[in-house]
Amino acid sequence: MIDSALIGAALWPALVNGLTMGAIYALIALGLTLIYGVLHIINFAHGSLLMVALYAVLVLFERLGIDPYAALVVVVPGMFGIGYVLQRFVINPARHGRDENTLLVTLGLSIVIENLASHFFKTDTRQIETAYTFMMVDLAGAVISMPRLLAFAGALASCLALAVLMRSTDLGRAIRAVAREAQGARVVGIDVDHVFAMSFAIGLACLGAAACFLLPTYYVSPQVGHGFVLIAFTVVVLGGMGSFTGSLVGGLLVGVIESLGGLLLGESLGQIGVFVIFIVILLFRPAGLFGQRT
Amino acid sequence: MSETMSEPTSNATPSAAAAPGRRQFLRVSGVLAASAGAAPGLLLAQPAPIKVGVLLPLTGAVAYPGQQSREGVMLAVEDINGRGGIQSLGGAKLDTLVADAQSQPQVGAAEVDKLNEAGVCAIVGPYASAIAFATTQAAARHNIACVLDQAVADQITSRGLKNVFRFGPSYEMAVRTGINNFHILNTVAGKPVKSVIVVHEESLFGTGTAATIARDLPALGYEVLEVIKHANPTRDFNNIALRIKARNPDVVMQANYLNEFALLLRTLRQQGVRPKAMYSIFGGGGSNPKVAKELGEAAEGVLDCNHWFNPRDKRGAALRARVEKKGLTFTHELLMGYNATMLLADAIERAKSIRREAIIDALAASTWADHFMPYGPTRFVNGQNQGAQPVVTQILKGDVRVVLPNTYAEAEAIFPATRG
Repeated sequence: MIDSALIGAALWPALVNGLTMGAIYALIALGLTLIYGVLHIINFAHGSLLMVALYAVLVLFERLGIDPYAALVVVVPGMFGIGYVLQRFVINPARHGRDENTLLVTLGLSIVIENLASHFFKTDTRQIETAYTFMMVDLAGAVISMPRLLAFAGALASCLALAVLMRSTDLGRAIRAVAREAQGARVVGIDVDHVFAMSFAIGLACLGAAACFLLPTYYVSPQVGHGFVLIAFTVVVLGGMGSFTGSLVGGLLVGVIESLGGLLLGESLGQIGVFVIFIVILLFRPAGLFGQRT
Repeated sequence: MSETMSEPTSNATPSAAAAPGRRQFLRVSGVLAASAGAAPGLLLAQPAPIKVGVLLPLTGAVAYPGQQSREGVMLAVEDINGRGGIQSLGGAKLDTLVADAQSQPQVGAAEVDKLNEAGVCAIVGPYASAIAFATTQAAARHNIACVLDQAVADQITSRGLKNVFRFGPSYEMAVRTGINNFHILNTVAGKPVKSVIVVHEESLFGTGTAATIARDLPALGYEVLEVIKHANPTRDFNNIALRIKARNPDVVMQANYLNEFALLLRTLRQQGVRPKAMYSIFGGGGSNPKVAKELGEAAEGVLDCNHWFNPRDKRGAALRARVEKKGLTFTHELLMGYNATMLLADAIERAKSIRREAIIDALAASTWADHFMPYGPTRFVNGQNQGAQPVVTQILKGDVRVVLPNTYAEAEAIFPATRG
């Protein structure tokens, strides 16, 4: 049914598409892996919080006419603030020293957030049209939309910024110290609760950035997060829990596999590709591509 | 269940109410007695409200269409009660008990049992076919009439259940009409279209529609170049768009839900794929005014064969205006929820009773003509309204307009669409 000439012609564009989509996956997964790496909690509300950020971009665009990329300066700090408050005053107090409590709290949060969104925004699917929605760029034969290309660049820049933050700032060093040994960090005078909240906040700021890059080519509905959260978990486990490089490589890999799988096996069956690679990597590298064995 | 089903509660504690309340009670009851004496017929003339179950998916995967349908049901109830309720029952008002099927068949069936206990005389809903299979059967046990708002799967009305009624066209009826109308459009235009690619989502709805289209179109002289299946959700349609581009079909037919429908439209546009027409049957967003507006140019000229009102009847446009004034989107789900409720009200009126049996009989014998759908009077055979039909709409200048059949058309179809 699929002839080889067709595949040959579509191979390069499919690869480019996969990379651009993968960069967004990486950015979403980056937030998730940071939260896991430091707090050792799986944030089940990650998808719902992405949805919150997407709605924020939509409202800013529709009500105030703010361009999605300009919205970065509002949405990223906004999500950062939400993250700090959520972790410090909701998730942390409910933890009572047990990780499974956190799990339930984030799960509960996701349900509450989704229902609030259904109430305020209705269950409608919304999209925006900007002046550059249909602007296309030719990359050596692969025609790709401008927003997708910007999303790719933006996601990579965000990853780079986060890497710099983690390596060269006091906050980054504190986060890494807490991730490795929270008790020890407390002993040397690091405010661990503050670092926990900062990590959660940075994780959500990544979602804020992802939302600004995503909305010009995607849509938003109260359920939109579901489509990304499974992929983000896959990326995190594939790349190695808590590893930033792992998230980036994992995200790009998943994007490319998904795209090529769709091309070669059809969009329905092609989704299997991601999970086949996932299982194979876990068989041979149980800690993921860049994960450290404990 | 909704708040309407909860018992009224009082916050006053007995001790707090006792001391100062006694005199007050005497005074109030005296006033009440006097007023009742002055207008003896007032309390007796107010008949008990008629309990109607509204069972829809209000959360979960199909929450959007479910909520839209609920809006339609509520508008209909507002209209019925506003014009004095059910006349044959002394002006009794409709009282809705809203239940959430949570997009799951088993939840829907359980909610039917609750509605039964609450004493509803009939149920409107439940939008999705998968839920309707379960709820109609559960309702049959209690002999409750189910007036389907959509639930288009043919099998729902072919199982010999006496309590099921579908006002709109079934799936088979719509697909048959959809293919015929497509052929008419092409024939009238001088047959510019020869090849088709079908893109469909992977569940029963998309797969079934695609299979029927691929089976029936070749007999009418069309070549189906490819049938492309995709998952729900599909986050990126670039691969599919590139495949369509390489195949260069005259027409792309979609059978999928709103999100993917809109995403594919946009991606095709981005990749510079300009087929002569985009056509769908029960298309996810092909006749959604919000898609028409938000997607702008990318949605222009899109054709859809779907439920829509008769544009020549002013009441349809009036309802639409009312919906939009409330800040809602007017969609076919809302329209069909409205109609299902109106049909039920007509049946209760004729039944002159709220006995479930009587309402089922009245629905089976229904000849309701006071509606604004392109149907004619109702005539039910095995629970399916025989005169029901979908119409073909086209997105023209950012709005949804009926273009076929000619009897109901409000604009001329642009076919092949000048998609540029």
